[in-house]
Amino acid sequence: MTALLETRGVWQRFGGLVANSDVSISVGRGEIVGLIGPNGAGKSTLFNLIAGVRPPTQGTIWLDGEDITATPATERCRRGIGRTFQVVKSFETMTVIDNVIVGALVRSTEMRAARRKAFEVLEFCGLAARADVMASELIPSEKRRLEVARALATEPKLLLLDEVLTGLTPLEAQTGVELVRRVRETGVTVLMVEHVMEIVMPLVDRAIVLDLGKVLVEGKPTDVVRDPKVIAAYLGDRHAVGA
Amino acid sequence: MHDVTHAKQRRRDLILAAVFVALAACVPLFVKDVYVQNIMVLTLMYAGLSQSWNILGGYCGQISLGHALYFGLGAYVTAILLTKFDVLPWFGMLTGGIISALIALALGYPTFRLGGHYFAIATIVIAEIAYLLFLNWDWAGAALGIDIMVREDSWAKFQFTRSKLPYFYFALFFAAVAWLVTWWLENSKWGYWWRAVKDNPDAAESLGVVVFKSKMGAGAISAFLTAIGGAFYAMFVSYIDPESVMSFQFSLLISLPAVLGGIGTLWGPVLGAVVLIPVTELTRSFIGGSGRGVDLIVYGSLIVIVSLTRPDGLLGLFSRKRKKEAVQ
Ligand SMILES: Nc1ncnc2c1ncn2[C@@H]1O[C@H](COP(=O)(O)OP(=O)(O)O)[C@@H](O)[C@H]1O
Ligand SMILES: [Mg+2]
Repeated sequence: MTALLETRGVWQRFGGLVANSDVSISVGRGEIVGLIGPNGAGKSTLFNLIAGVRPPTQGTIWLDGEDITATPATERCRRGIGRTFQVVKSFETMTVIDNVIVGALVRSTEMRAARRKAFEVLEFCGLAARADVMASELIPSEKRRLEVARALATEPKLLLLDEVLTGLTPLEAQTGVELVRRVRETGVTVLMVEHVMEIVMPLVDRAIVLDLGKVLVEGKPTDVVRDPKVIAAYLGDRHAVGA
Repeated sequence: MHDVTHAKQRRRDLILAAVFVALAACVPLFVKDVYVQNIMVLTLMYAGLSQSWNILGGYCGQISLGHALYFGLGAYVTAILLTKFDVLPWFGMLTGGIISALIALALGYPTFRLGGHYFAIATIVIAEIAYLLFLNWDWAGAALGIDIMVREDSWAKFQFTRSKLPYFYFALFFAAVAWLVTWWLENSKWGYWWRAVKDNPDAAESLGVVVFKSKMGAGAISAFLTAIGGAFYAMFVSYIDPESVMSFQFSLLISLPAVLGGIGTLWGPVLGAVVLIPVTELTRSFIGGSGRGVDLIVYGSLIVIVSLTRPDGLLGLFSRKRKKEAVQ
């Protein structure tokens, strides 16, 4: 059986800067995979390539055994890739539930069904009490959850989470971890970027470490954290290890 | 439970609109003064026009300062078809609307790729080019314009010599239709797509919103409705020239009520028109017909004042009060 997501020899250059070089990763159905690495390693760049923000300079991307390298972002959403943004991008002049309805409309253009679906997703994410509040009035941790809710409303097969747990209080982060677990239980595959290893390691089935745009190490989280190469990559990035 | 409250809110808007229309329809029974009736016709017309503009500029966030183009096209197509081909204004109106929508699509194809202020600048330039073309187009009357001879009272020909009332009721109908279209679109996939595109195109795309198509849809609907207003205006004043239907001041007058009342809201354009149009008409008659330059200064200052002090428009005053009440 083919993997749900695969990148084959993916490169991304920004002028002279190589943000991703020859990245080949695969994510199986039902997995929670952690994509970690120090700041500037190219994690968000890889996410954007998978989500279809821009085509890679070189290489191909596969979803469910189909080449989606040339597929635009909107179509990838329809095919089952949902994503959040590292820097949250809420629809600020819309209410929380209206934000989520935008996502729900991908699957159902019947407004009442979309609204009901959106409310269900908000309940799932613990935001139902804030449904009618303007998105601009949410506190940062709620905005992160709104990002997740919006993406979930599109009923993704693969959910890409870019640093949704970073910068939260320990309690908020724990709630976030629980949320990701529950998302997986509904059958959604999760690929999550985290900068801080401690939070994600207990959560993920597998970890992929990116450094200087390349895959450095890949394996079980317990092995990865002890790998000397990973420790070296994270040296001088004390915040990430010690947080 | 949640969708019930939402449906209630929407029904309340609809009932409110019906009440307003009924009340407005009764006003001419009491107000017989022709000058005042004239102002009421213009107020309703600009309410409808600004509502149309609001679909593209307010909901979809593509600020057009060139809607005089669609207004003028509606007026010209109707006037030309009527005077040169004896086509009834009703068909002229529809034809003008369709032509405007098609032109909006053709112009949108390159311009909707422009970001931010470049789009607004492009719309000004394009409308100005169209204005110059009509100014020099002999077949379309050039600077002399087109005189629509009014000979008889006729609903078929939509011309009335004795009373302004038919114009008043059509303007009311136009404003009501523009409002109703907005009301309906607001709770449709399109309405949600537009607001998403306005707030954050990147996030919108990640949620399956086809940004370009959204803008094209908003542009076409907005242009169609604006041209209907232009066609009405041509029949109302029965004489048009480029200056009186396609000049930049119309672009401002069409967008200002929405900006003033509350951009991207259902009631903003109506509220804005009710406040703005009587004021501008009164100042105009106060200063005298030659006060064009003064008009522009007044509009310009209004835009600056509103955007500095009350970015969410006059409607923001109400919702803020309501929120305070909710807190208490
Ligand atoms: N759009 C862009 N244009 C130019 N350089 C970029 C762009 N996006 C990312 N980069 C660069 O690519 C590198 C990797 O960035 P990023 O993928 O955001 O890292 P990470 O998410 O792992 O912290 C950084 O050096 C960053 O400055
Ligand atoms: Mg990043």
